[in-house]
Amino acid sequence: MTTLSALAGRVATRPAPLTKSRPAALGMLGVALAVGLLEALPRLGIVDSRFLPPFSTMARSLAGQLTTAEFWTATGQTLRGWALGLAIAMAAGIAAGVVVGSVPLLRALTASTIEFLRPIPSVALIPLVVLIYGSEMPSALVLVVYASFWQVLVQVLYGVADVDPVVRDTARSYRFSRRAVVRTVVWPTAMPYVVTGFRLAASVALILEITAELIIGVPGLGRSIGVAQSSGAVAETYALVLVVGVIGVLVNVLARAVERRALRWHTSVRGDL
Amino acid sequence: MAHLGAGGLVKRVLTTLALPAVLVAAWWFASAHSTSFFWPPLRTIVEAFPETWTADPWLHDVLPSLARLAIGYLIALAAGAGLGVAIGSSRTLREICEPVLEFLRAVPPPVLIPVIALFAGYTGWTSKIITIALGCVWPILLNTIEGVRSLDEVLRDTARSYGLGRVATLWHVVLRGASPRIATGARQALSIGVILMVISELFGANRGLGAAIVQFQRGFAIPQMWTGIILLGLIGVALSALFRLVEHRALAWYRGLRQAERGA
Amino acid sequence: MSVILDVDGLAKTYTGHGREVEAIRDLTFRIHKGELVCIVGPSGAGKTTLLRCVAGLLGASGGTVVLDGSTVTQPPPGMAVVFQEYGRSLFPWLTVRKNVELPLREKGLGRAERTAKADAALDAVGLRDSADAHPWQLSGGMQQRVAIARAIAYEPSVLLMDEPFAAVDAQTRADLEDLVRRLWHQLGVTVLFVTHDIDESVYLGQRVLVLSNRPTVVLEDVPIDLPDERDQLGTRSSARFAELRSHVYELIQQAKKGHRPEPAGV
Repeated sequence: MTTLSALAGRVATRPAPLTKSRPAALGMLGVALAVGLLEALPRLGIVDSRFLPPFSTMARSLAGQLTTAEFWTATGQTLRGWALGLAIAMAAGIAAGVVVGSVPLLRALTASTIEFLRPIPSVALIPLVVLIYGSEMPSALVLVVYASFWQVLVQVLYGVADVDPVVRDTARSYRFSRRAVVRTVVWPTAMPYVVTGFRLAASVALILEITAELIIGVPGLGRSIGVAQSSGAVAETYALVLVVGVIGVLVNVLARAVERRALRWHTSVRGDL
Repeated sequence: MAHLGAGGLVKRVLTTLALPAVLVAAWWFASAHSTSFFWPPLRTIVEAFPETWTADPWLHDVLPSLARLAIGYLIALAAGAGLGVAIGSSRTLREICEPVLEFLRAVPPPVLIPVIALFAGYTGWTSKIITIALGCVWPILLNTIEGVRSLDEVLRDTARSYGLGRVATLWHVVLRGASPRIATGARQALSIGVILMVISELFGANRGLGAAIVQFQRGFAIPQMWTGIILLGLIGVALSALFRLVEHRALAWYRGLRQAERGA
Repeated sequence: MSVILDVDGLAKTYTGHGREVEAIRDLTFRIHKGELVCIVGPSGAGKTTLLRCVAGLLGASGGTVVLDGSTVTQPPPGMAVVFQEYGRSLFPWLTVRKNVELPLREKGLGRAERTAKADAALDAVGLRDSADAHPWQLSGGMQQRVAIARAIAYEPSVLLMDEPFAAVDAQTRADLEDLVRRLWHQLGVTVLFVTHDIDESVYLGQRVLVLSNRPTVVLEDVPIDLPDERDQLGTRSSARFAELRSHVYELIQQAKKGHRPEPAGV
């Protein structure tokens, strides 16, 4: 097939092509509508403004908080806990995944245990970490590491299992050392999966960090939200929730950027099914 | 796998059970003479289990928790798949909603609790069910949108040219075609749902599985607390097994299709 | 014989990216009831666009398509389409039988009637044994036969086939061509067969419409005066086949160079 007919086929099967700015413009419109709705609902009295203040009030509260040291300290604590937990989970998950995945016997032996431990909700550990560490940073760290470790481990195991047997046999027939096989065959194949694991773990880690702060009272934005809510500072509560949401979006954007960068050489960027 | 001999089966059972058995045994013996307050002997925990989880807590803590999870989760599933089909079918609607939905998904679900608490306090079933439903809906919604969006054009054309009506197209083509992605979203939502089931009960002194565990912890009833953690773990495992069973049956065609594609 | 499909002055221009692409300029042709007509054209001649307009899947920019007396604006009930992408046009979550039955169910047929028609159609394409398999368990050629079974079970007045055998291997392709001829004989269905393969068009058709390159018009309507009984060996090695084949080939070569017929009425 020539490019022309391919083009004709594509033009024929897709709806009218459009310029790149259209989705962005519509997206902005959507955001504007959502903000407008948040402003209008309380102003028109459809929702009690004691429960949902107008957006402008939230924004003013947010602007006020941006000038306080407490806010930035809390943000820093949240981000530090997230990054540290994620880093530990990545390191442990990759190491365990490569070791377990490369040895078939180990893989068979651990499969059931992993399948059993993985769905155990991390929040089940909350009472335990509270007893041991109280409302301190290690409490959150344990939960973050536990929850995100599985995300990484499972992806790495998928990745190692995906190694083409022919490539592996080739490496073996050329008498590559075990270490060389890992470096030249296993790692490049597993890389896309590792990056996917990173993306999944990054958002799970943030959820657990905020949860620990909110529920246990580990210092950070989550605790600030809890304090604001229980002291009746409604606008402040919403403002902090918005901040946490923005951090969540930034984490996603960052993780996807990392994923794209790392996978640029990869022919097919897989969906994470 | 289907035609495993008896020897193969025994081997499989052994590899499945070996490590769990070793781990439990290790825990059992390592903790046997433990005097540590936080790490009671496993024996003590096991003995405490039937005493702790009698009919009363099952009826008033565990089952209500699971019922709230089920209701909230099913609401999220229906709403997420329904809205997802609607939004996914319209390009314009999708582009308008995308950034807002990305934001809502990125908000860690537990912060919903203080927000919902603002409206109605945080006692009773409704607020907890709302929490679970609101937390679970985003992964289902976003995955459904993606599933509907990536539905093959040729399938849509086929449905149109054979005169399939709106309802039939929706049911036989769009929902079925998006079902693998809906399942992906539903799987993510399930673990969020379990988390929210627990922590929605940590907020405010109510009954429920999460509340019970925290009360043990606050009362320093450590073996009982451990039984609660183990029970919660077992519930997580059971729910995930149940999900896989349903998924396995519903998406048998999808597994086959993927295998056929990979083999080709 | 009565005209069943009347395409008159069909035109299609795509707009987008701030520019216009004229895919089809002016297509006029008629197909009589019970005919088997092939459309062949150089790559990029807008064959797929033409077929989608005829099928009512794509709105035309000008001209009309009339099927059985009524103008086509959306997919009409009397038309069945076999797409090139067999793997993608069968519903992977339905069994072969359910794939064939689904359109019948939409037509409001009862269960017994559906089963009977699906069985007959699957028999006709030789796939009765695979009725309970899923499409992805079958080979490419078998999948395309399922698509054909679905189309004939639908009992259309016109069967549209869009390069249906472009993606199967040569031997399967010959079998499927003979299957189309046989079904056409047996069922008396009208077939419009779009292809880019010159040999295939001559072998299958009673007439071959040769298209120009873009913007598309009909270059020539070539009657195929081969005997009605055709077989892969005898027909393809006959002198007349070779003549017709080279005639169509020359037309396609001209079309590629941009040759166009004189505008009508001049």
